[in-house]
Amino acid sequence: MSLIDSISLPRGVRLPRIDGLIQWIVPLAIIAIWQVASVTGFVPTRVLPAPSDVVLAGWKLLLSGELVRNIWVSFWRASIGFLIGGSIGFAFGLANGLSQLSAKLTDTTLQMVRNVPHLALIPLVILWFGIDESAKLFLVALGVFFPIYLNTLHGIRTVDPQLIEMGRIYGMTDGELFRRVIFPGALPSIFVGIRFALGIMWLTLIVAETIAASSGLGYMAMQAREFMLIDVVVLSILIYALLGKLADSASRVLERLTLSWHPAFQKR
Amino acid sequence: MQTALRTSLPETELASRANFAPHARVVREQRPVEAGLPLSIRGLRKSFGDNEVLRGIDLHIPAGQFVAIVGKSGCGKSTLLRLIAGLDKIDAGSISFGQDTQPEDIRVMFQEPRLLPWARVLSNVEVGLGRDRASADADTRAAKALTEVGLTDKRHQWPSVLSGGQKQRVALARALVSRPRVLAFDEPLGALDALTRISMQRLLERVWRDQGFTAILVTHDVTEAVALADRVLVIDEGRIAHDVVVNAGRPRERGSAELASLEASILSHLLSAEDRT
Repeated sequence: MSLIDSISLPRGVRLPRIDGLIQWIVPLAIIAIWQVASVTGFVPTRVLPAPSDVVLAGWKLLLSGELVRNIWVSFWRASIGFLIGGSIGFAFGLANGLSQLSAKLTDTTLQMVRNVPHLALIPLVILWFGIDESAKLFLVALGVFFPIYLNTLHGIRTVDPQLIEMGRIYGMTDGELFRRVIFPGALPSIFVGIRFALGIMWLTLIVAETIAASSGLGYMAMQAREFMLIDVVVLSILIYALLGKLADSASRVLERLTLSWHPAFQKR
Repeated sequence: MQTALRTSLPETELASRANFAPHARVVREQRPVEAGLPLSIRGLRKSFGDNEVLRGIDLHIPAGQFVAIVGKSGCGKSTLLRLIAGLDKIDAGSISFGQDTQPEDIRVMFQEPRLLPWARVLSNVEVGLGRDRASADADTRAAKALTEVGLTDKRHQWPSVLSGGQKQRVALARALVSRPRVLAFDEPLGALDALTRISMQRLLERVWRDQGFTAILVTHDVTEAVALADRVLVIDEGRIAHDVVVNAGRPRERGSAELASLEASILSHLLSAEDRT
């Protein structure tokens, strides 16, 4: 690093590219070791197929169109569920953060519901919705609701009261106060909620699709298990990891764009 | 007003006053005195629960005067300032400014800069425009206020990259941008280091002389009070215990014998109040 710094390269051109590559060293190394272990027979392919076999399985599924269709179905379920649960959680967080009455009315109830693991509702949800789309959306929305609700509420409640007083002194209306002081102040906390929620979103979807679905990545994995297609099983798991990483990166980019004022986002 | 103030000066300061007086008069005439508002406080009381913080304050502040309020912690000086600024409700008595005031006429500056961390320096200053925030010349006015406090080049920065003194100057620009007629300071320099504090004092004095608003400064620093104010009020147990006129000319010579003796006499008032408790 110090060597690169000492060469007078324009900063911000080469360095980020190298920084961006560093994070991929470990995953690539693991894949390489995995490949070697499989080829040499150190790991039997019945236990774990070689990465090349997984890629090959992926290629076949891609050609048949099955892979894209299943990824699309899962992605669609995840986003719609996230949007529904996230907006409801955000709305409750806003209402309970801004209004004492609303908080008194609903917070205790929500805290009680929160302590029920949402995946425990799967049997009930299957009874209600069957293995319909709405079952998956319901579960994802429920799982996503709480982290977003809690963090929005926390964010609004912890906005510096001195800033709110300042806003009032300078004659801000309620709307302006919300837009210029309260919402931006709560945003870092809301983002924490979003990132938590993204994790829960994938988790919920995997479980729901594995148990009760007729399409999607989880279903694809379960089907493959039935036919002993271990390469497809591993492929589905890898795709989940990739999608999770993608969602996390998207929220990071959004965070960086909206929180550029924050000292933590000003370096680099 | 001038003559009244002079006659109340202690005899010992006559000699040095002769040097300051002509200069002081010139400065006074240059200042737009009509910019400030006079302030009349009658029988002002305020309690928090059982604790009576202000027990009958009667005070007249002429337009454009720079008044410093000193007193030991908990004497009610900050409460008085908050009442003047309209931040808390009055229990009894009245505060009047001689005429109808707009919200933008009275501004407060606190010990903490209270800048919005997510707004650039210029937008933070625009907040001070109050109802004129949306007007077309908001940017120009805010930029002008920033120039007044010497921070023109920082307008596009985030507050988090500024030093403590610079943040406080942005807060001052935000208070000044609406051209207030009364400016209340609640220990605005309390959190700054000694050198920054002195340069901020000079800045406060300069903008006050340029703009002629009525200034009310709450401070625990008696040196600061005599360096800046026309008049120092000592508050003790919810009442005005002493009303001391500082008649040194401006710009003031820090550490002069005149200011030092005044400072010593105010400190002795404060210490005697402290001893009683």
